This record gives sequence, C-alpha cells and structure tokens, in this order.
Amino acid sequence: MATKSEPAVATSSHPGAASLVSIRSVAKHFGKNIVLRDISLEIAEGEFLTILGESGSGKTTLLRILAGFEHSTSGEVWMQGERLDTEPPYRRRVNTVFQHYALFPHMTVEQNVGYGLAIAKRPAAEIQSRVAEALAKVKMSACAKSKPSKISGGQQQRIALARALVNRPRLLLLDEPLSALDANLRRQMQVELKALQREVGITFIFVTHDQDEAMVMSDRIALLRSGELEQVASPREIYNRPATSYTAQFIGHTNLLHAEVRQGTATCSALKWPTSLPDGAALFSLRPECIRPATAASATGSPGNAATVRFRAKLRDQAFHGATELLRVESDGGLILTIRTASRDLPNSEAPLEFEISAADAIPVRASNSNSSSSSHSGSQSEGGV
Amino acid sequence: MKRALHQGPRWLTAHALAVFAFLYLPIAILILYSFNGQGVGGFPPSDLTLNWYRILFSDAAIWDSVLNSLLVAATAMLIALLFGIPAALALDRAQFPGKAAFRRLVLLPLILPGIITGLSLLMLFRVAEVKLSLVTIVLGHGTALISVATTEVFAGLQKLNRAQEEASLDLGATYWQTFWRITVPNLKLSIIGAALLIFTLSMDEIAVSFFLIGRDNTLPLEIWGRLRRGITPEINAISTIIFMFSLIAIVFWYRLRTRAEVTPEIGAELVETAGGSGF
Repeated sequence: MATKSEPAVATSSHPGAASLVSIRSVAKHFGKNIVLRDISLEIAEGEFLTILGESGSGKTTLLRILAGFEHSTSGEVWMQGERLDTEPPYRRRVNTVFQHYALFPHMTVEQNVGYGLAIAKRPAAEIQSRVAEALAKVKMSACAKSKPSKISGGQQQRIALARALVNRPRLLLLDEPLSALDANLRRQMQVELKALQREVGITFIFVTHDQDEAMVMSDRIALLRSGELEQVASPREIYNRPATSYTAQFIGHTNLLHAEVRQGTATCSALKWPTSLPDGAALFSLRPECIRPATAASATGSPGNAATVRFRAKLRDQAFHGATELLRVESDGGLILTIRTASRDLPNSEAPLEFEISAADAIPVRASNSNSSSSSHSGSQSEGGV
Repeated sequence: MKRALHQGPRWLTAHALAVFAFLYLPIAILILYSFNGQGVGGFPPSDLTLNWYRILFSDAAIWDSVLNSLLVAATAMLIALLFGIPAALALDRAQFPGKAAFRRLVLLPLILPGIITGLSLLMLFRVAEVKLSLVTIVLGHGTALISVATTEVFAGLQKLNRAQEEASLDLGATYWQTFWRITVPNLKLSIIGAALLIFTLSMDEIAVSFFLIGRDNTLPLEIWGRLRRGITPEINAISTIIFMFSLIAIVFWYRLRTRAEVTPEIGAELVETAGGSGF
C-alpha cells in the first residue's frame, strides 16, 4: 500500500491562511462498490484547489458530498468549526457550478442569477443590484433578459458562474465546468476563472480530469486515484517531485526507470547515477525534458562531475510538436527513453547520439499499486529496466 | 429528372389525399348537413339554414347533458391529476417493492375494454351500495383516467434534468420550494397535456358511463339515446359545435407547445396513450 497517505501531504500551501474546510476520513460505498476510501484533506481559505483524477476516480462523488447531494458512508466534513456533512444542501454556504450548467430553462438569465437571492427573500432592490453586478463581473449584462436556450454554451457557463457567485458562498464547487467548451474558449475561460477567483477571494474546489487545466489554474492539486488521494501538492511540486509512479505518469509525461541501487549508485541498463537511496530495487521518474543532447562543451567541461550522466542512444522515432519535439531513443543497453527537446534538425542517421542527464533530475518515486485501470497516458511513458 | 426523385411516385400523393379524405369527409358531411334545410335527407344539401341551431339552443335536455358532461370531465380531470401526479413522482423517484409491476399495472385501465371497466365498477358500487348518479360516473372516469395522468407526467419527469433540481437545492431552496419553482414549471406542459387528454376522453366516453349512469345523462349518452329514434339534424349541429371546440383546444395546445419549444415527442406520446385507449 504505497498510497497509504500521510496526513503531512494534505496540509495547506497557504501557511498563513486558516483552514476553511476539513475533510476527515471520508469514505463512500455504493453497495459493494467502494468509490472513496479514507479521504482526508484540509482546504485553506481563499485557495484554488483542483481535484484531479480519471473518470471513475471518485472526484465527482467527493464534490457531491461537499455540496450535500451524497452522504458519505463514514467520515466527517467540517467547515469553520461546524459539521457540514449533516446539513441539507440548501443550508450550506456552498454553491456549485454544474457540469452542464443546469440553468433553469423557464427563467430568464436574470431570474436564474437572482434565484438564490429570491429564495433568501432579499429585498427586490438588493436583488436587482447584485444580479446586475454579478452579470457585469462575468461580462454578460447584455443577455440579462434572454432565456438560457438562446445563448451559447460559453455564455451559459458564465451565467452558471454568476448564479453561484452572486450568493457570496464560502466555498464554490466547480464540476468539470469547462469540459463542454471547445479548446480555445476553454483556455480563455481558464485564465478568466483564475482571475475571477483572485478577485472575489472565494475558495474554489475545481474538479477536472484534464491535468493541463489543473496545472494552469490551481494553487494545489489533489490527485485522486481509485478513490484514494495519491498526492496533494502545488502544481510545481507535484510535477517536479511526484511522490508515486502514478503521479509522475498522470501529470505530464515521464520515463519510469526501474533501477537497482548498490552503495549509493543507481543502475538502470547502461545508465548509472549517484543516489542517496538505500540498496535494493528503486523506481525513478525522469522527465523527458531533463534529457539533453550532449554538447561539445559539456563533453570536455566539469571534470569529475559525477552528477552528470552521459549515454549514447539511437534515434527510434520523433514527433514534431511545434516548439518542442518528442524523440524516442534506444540506449546502448536497450532502454527506451522519451526525450523532449527544442525543435531542430537531427542528423538522420543510424549513428548513435550522445545525451546527458543530471542525477538530481531522476526523482525517486514509490511504485503505485496497479489495482486500477492503467493510466491513459501510458503511450507517453517508457518503462526502463531489465 | 431530378424533380421526379423529389416528388416520389405519384400514387403516394394520391394515397395521402385518399387517407385525408377518408378521415375528414365524414366530419365535413356532418358539418354540412347541420346547415341543411331539408334535414337529414337529400343530396346535395339545399336551402342552407341555421334552423337546426335555433332548435338546438332551445332544447333544454341537450344543454343539461352538455353541462353534465362538462362537470363530469372537469371533476374527473381533477381527480385523475390529483392521484396521477404523485403516482408519477413515486414511479420516478421512490424506491418501493413491486415498483416495476406497478409501472405496468397502472396502464391496465387504459388497455382494458371499457365494458370490463364499467362492469367491474358497477359491481363495486352495487356491493358498496352506492346509488348510481353523476358522482359514480365521475368516480369511474376519474379512477380509470389516473393512468393517463401518471404516464404523461412520468414521461415529463423522465425528461426533466435532475441537475436543475440539485441546482435549486444548492442555491438555498428547500425540497418543497424546489418542487414548486423548478419541478412543476418544467412539468407544466405534461400536466396541461394530460389534463386536455383526460378532459377529452371523459367528454366522449360511452362504455363506462353506460354502466354507471343514474338519472342524469351525459352528452354522448343523450346523443346515443336520441339516435335510437332516428338521426335529427340537431345532433349534427351539436356535433359541429363540439368539433369546433375540440379544434380550438388542439390549436391552443399546439401553440403552447411551440412557444415552449419542446421537442414534438410529447405529442407523439399523447397520441400513443390515446391510441391505446380502449377505455
């Protein structure tokens, strides 16, 4: 059980900020099907937390428990010193942006946005001004009198956001809100959403299966896998220091190296590098961009620099990605590696090329148990080892 | 010769016209003869007159029966909706043993021949020692038509996006507020559709009414009773008036639907439900 999560990873990256929501050992079973097991997570005031996971990882269930549409089988949820999970959804200061927006078709945009305030019996003048303000914030004032069916998906998205934010919730839940938008609009909304969150200062919990989206927007990412938290960390940390092989593969591309450690040296096929790990089998993640073509300068320079590892490999194939290029190479020992380099012309030859890595870039990771469906990113990984 | 391709075989067009004539010619003749000066005889009709309408309007017995029918249809509609809507909600949302069986059995009164429904209700009222009257007809129509209300509203509930109700709860509305502000408005068309259908089915129902009739006639039974003494143009006149009201109701329903921009499937279901009606 490599994933038996330590509570230490679940603490906030906002050291000064108070904890807003505390998820304590939450589990959810649907009959025999265990959807969530032992989830513990602290969410800080004002944080943008992304729950990232494949479909079926339990991320939407976790969100629905926070919103109040599902009850956890065990565990508790607290918000600012009060039990949250025992309250019905309408008494929680939590609002949700639904995946397919769930706007009310029989009401105008304005009535949709004002719904929460009308239910709370706010004075008409206040409703009017707050709705106008919320619509202005999402740049949708012009559509106030339209019916939801008359506006585009991207616009509906903005209305759903305004409808939730106008109630000034303590916590905003977003259930894959961008998944129905096309790629360009989606990128634009990612930036806008992030800016909006900074502006209003409300805590966002954002659910997505898209790791790029998670990286762009989040203060922290909670990676969920088969109902368990795999790692909770800032995007940089989760990318640069993945704790497990699953995290390394799910967030970005990586090369997993199955190495053998003996007396401070890890060996994987023809590659050898120094490590502080104890003797025995070990697993390392090596990002494709950490492998560089060796330069003439580095060939002669820094003598005795044991931290730089050079190796020879043959080019197998290459894929052009615009600014960068993905190469698949086979090292002398038969190890297949994926390399990301700046695009350039490579000698189209059978001759071996020289590459180098820094030992510090080989990140030791725990092996994830393979009880779940294998990563959808498996195409980009290359498993080393004998 | 692209045109031929688009038009299809000429006999198909002729066939469509024939079907149309077959459906509407009898009604056209009925309307025409309600204005015929020579009564029911004579072709072609001559001496166009409003005389039959004049006679009709001074015929108290017919208008009593019209009033009875309207009363029966309206009350039966209320009863059927009152019981049918909660039953549809139960079918859609509640989990209870025998739910699948209930879902099928609730349709049974629609499929059963009216004679059986009427006879069984008659037996029941005999056993319960209830005197036959308009009340028994209302009870008969009302109970038998619960299935129409249930199936129509259930179909509407199946189309309802549940996330909307969750959104309402999420925005602070209680379950009760959500039901009135979100669920019911979304079911409005289904409910109106069911109401119109129940009203119409009750208005022209004969078989069940025949068994349960007391002293007061409903319109179909009144017409049927008079026809035994021979066709009178007066009947044509009242039938024409009923036809006009039905037409208005259909146009009203259709405009309501197109304004709400609902997919035409609802209409299809209506027809389906009505088509299976042996009631």
